[in-house]
Order: sequence, then structure tokens, then C-alpha cells
Amino acid sequence: MKLREIRDILDAEVITGDANLDKEIKYVNAADLISDVLAYSTGPGALLITGIVHSQVIYAANTIELGAILFVRGKRPNEATLQLAIENHIPLLTTRYIMFETCGRLYQLGMRACIEKVKDDRGGK
Amino acid sequence: MTGAGNNIPFREMFHIEGGNFTNAGSISSQVKKILMRAGFSHGVIRRTSIATFEAEMNVICYANQGNLSLFITPDSLKIVVEDEGVGIPDVDLAMKEGYSTANEKIHELGFGAGMGLSNIKNNTDEMILTSKFGQGTHLEFVVSLEGKDRLVPLLSTKE
Repeated sequence: MKLREIRDILDAEVITGDANLDKEIKYVNAADLISDVLAYSTGPGALLITGIVHSQVIYAANTIELGAILFVRGKRPNEATLQLAIENHIPLLTTRYIMFETCGRLYQLGMRACIEKVKDDRGGK
Repeated sequence: MTGAGNNIPFREMFHIEGGNFTNAGSISSQVKKILMRAGFSHGVIRRTSIATFEAEMNVICYANQGNLSLFITPDSLKIVVEDEGVGIPDVDLAMKEGYSTANEKIHELGFGAGMGLSNIKNNTDEMILTSKFGQGTHLEFVVSLEGKDRLVPLLSTKE
């Protein structure tokens, strides 16, 4: 799905001005904890749906080469975080839908997660 | 950076200030840039970056200060993190996924999932974690280089 379609489906606003909306997004991850974002990323180019708007989310995005970040619940990052995203060429979008609705709408249209479930050994080795 | 014949063609050290979240993540970002410039493969960069990000966050979240060093040797990428702080009373417990001692402020920022150390372990080939409670923590991890990645340290790692 193209980033443009995601924007339209979720009535989202692109915060990073001249983002490439033709970018193809193949997988989605939704999380509000950074380590979970890192742990369950499977490859570059995914969309992250999150409520975290601190600059750390941009650094994390850079680490795993996210395709874009979509903030839910109408959240917006501050100017410094926005600039950091622009410098790192990470498109940022914001939607007023809550996380459940956001995920549900994308799933309904065929988007799928980076991973479906965690392995059953969670809890330590 | 170091002379020819040395087993460590490249090393760089970064200082990390505990409790300062303003630029948290910037050191792993710099490490990633160095590795990209050197020309390592995508997988090696990704694994090293994830582990480095978590290591950096651990110092910021839990220690007073620390240093993170990157060593590029012909066989591996190695990161050593030395911090001064409360340390970890029970290293085995800390290694368990989901175990966290994070406070509310850390959670608000999206950290403290209790996944950091296991993320490091899962993305690296060797990991050593030791800690003196009340003094600090020593963490080192290694990402082994194979195939074409073994040529990279020989070619270019200069700043």
C-alpha cells in the first residue's frame, strides 16, 4: 500500500512537508514501547503506528530503517523531533484515530504486521 | 586511527550522560553512520545498531554516566559500554524478557519494556554483562563478520 493511501484511509496529515507519498509500505508494527518496536521489526521500510512522539522514536526509526511513522490519537512531535525526522528522511503522519481503529482500518484493507505473534519462550531463557 | 599492524583498525569512543534524554539515541545513530560509511552489509549494520541503541538507552535510563566504544577488528564489530551508576543487583533476572526496574518517567518516554538486554542478546553473537551493585555495569557485545563483511575493515574505516 502506498503511503498516500494510508494517509487517505486514516484522514491523516503529513507533518514532514515534502514526504514521498508514493513510498510503498509492506508491513506495519504498532507499539508504544521502543524496545518492542526494535524487537519485532523484521526488515526495512515498515510503517510504525505509535503514540510516542519523543525524539527517541526517530532515532529508533533510523536504527531499523522504518518507512514512515504514523502518530495516533492526534499526537504531534515537537519542532526538534520534526526536524530530526526530516534530516533522517523519515515521513511523519498524524491521525486522530485511536490505535485500535488505525490498525483495524489498515488491516481491513489488507495491510499486515511485521510479525503475527511472539515466540512462546518470552519470559527468559 | 591506530597504526598499521594493530589488530584494531578502528576505534571510537562516545560519552553518554545518564538521565539526559534530549539526544538519547544519537550515539547509536553515529555508530550506524560509521558502519554505513565503512560499507558493512545491511544485516550487520542493523543488528549492531539495534544492540547499540538499547545499550545507549540503558546508560541513559539507569546510570549516572558511561562510555560506549566501538571497535572494528578484522573479524568482528565489538561494542563495549562501561558505566558508573547503581549497577544491576541480579544480572540473570535483568536478562529475562519483561523484567524491568524502570520508573514512571522512563515508561512515559516509551522505554522500560524489559526487552533491552534480550534485544541485545538476540542481535549479537556474543554478549558479556557484569555488574557491581552500587558501582556500575560493564557490557560488551560482538557481531561477527562473515563473507564480504570481513573485507570491509581492511578497506576503509577511517573517519
